[in-house]
Amino acid sequence: MAEAVVFYVFGAIAVIGSALMITRRNPVSSAWSLVIVMVCLAALFVALSATFVAAMQIIVYAGAVMVLFLFVVMLLNLSEEELGKPKVTGIKILGIIVSVGFLVELIAMSLRAPAETGGLVEGFGQIIPIARLLFTTYLLPFEITSVILLAAIVGAVVLAQRKREKK
Amino acid sequence: MITLNHYLVLSGILFTVGAVGVVARRNTIVIFMSIELMLNAANLAMVAASRALGDMGGHVFVLMVMAVAAAEAGVGLAIILMIYRIRGTVNADDMNLLKW
Repeated sequence: MAEAVVFYVFGAIAVIGSALMITRRNPVSSAWSLVIVMVCLAALFVALSATFVAAMQIIVYAGAVMVLFLFVVMLLNLSEEELGKPKVTGIKILGIIVSVGFLVELIAMSLRAPAETGGLVEGFGQIIPIARLLFTTYLLPFEITSVILLAAIVGAVVLAQRKREKK
Repeated sequence: MITLNHYLVLSGILFTVGAVGVVARRNTIVIFMSIELMLNAANLAMVAASRALGDMGGHVFVLMVMAVAAAEAGVGLAIILMIYRIRGTVNADDMNLLKW
């Protein structure tokens, strides 16, 4: 019962927040709407007894990624005319129709999901069992992730630095 | 009773909103946020399936998706900054040098 309340309340807020995100013209409003969606998803993760993932959702997404977005928005400091007037073109309408068709397919597929097996192991979603999995079964993907992050750091530094004048 | 189906439908709705944002918006920063939303929707589906199957592998892969999302945001925003310095715009319609 409690899970139903959490699901419907936070699910509704998440859907409304995401709709606000794609309709606001000001990128800062979009960013704040996305923060709302991420906090709601973290609440849903707690309802799914994934407490560690919920904490990471808040720290990594709402904390780090969104701050990065807000920094770039403020760095660019776009004026009204740079934001541009919203235009309705045929290709956009086609894209939206295709997306809605995709949604229908996703829902049709979701309804065929298998029944829950029930019964969670001791400490499900806690940090120690996840760490044990991460460093045994999924060790190779974990190491590859570290290489991805290294590549991203190097890429961001190389791309964002200003060209130095040759002396 | 909230089942796996409920979470998968919510995940599908959020994913679709993100997809609509990518096709309908022309501000590159908002397009990036929509991509983040799509990744988040996938995370929700993985965590829900993880609980339904009683297997924590889904949680591990959610952490990896978060790492990829952070890397993507870092490099992508650096590219947007670069394009803004060179062309003075973040509008996706004005970035058409490679357009066929």
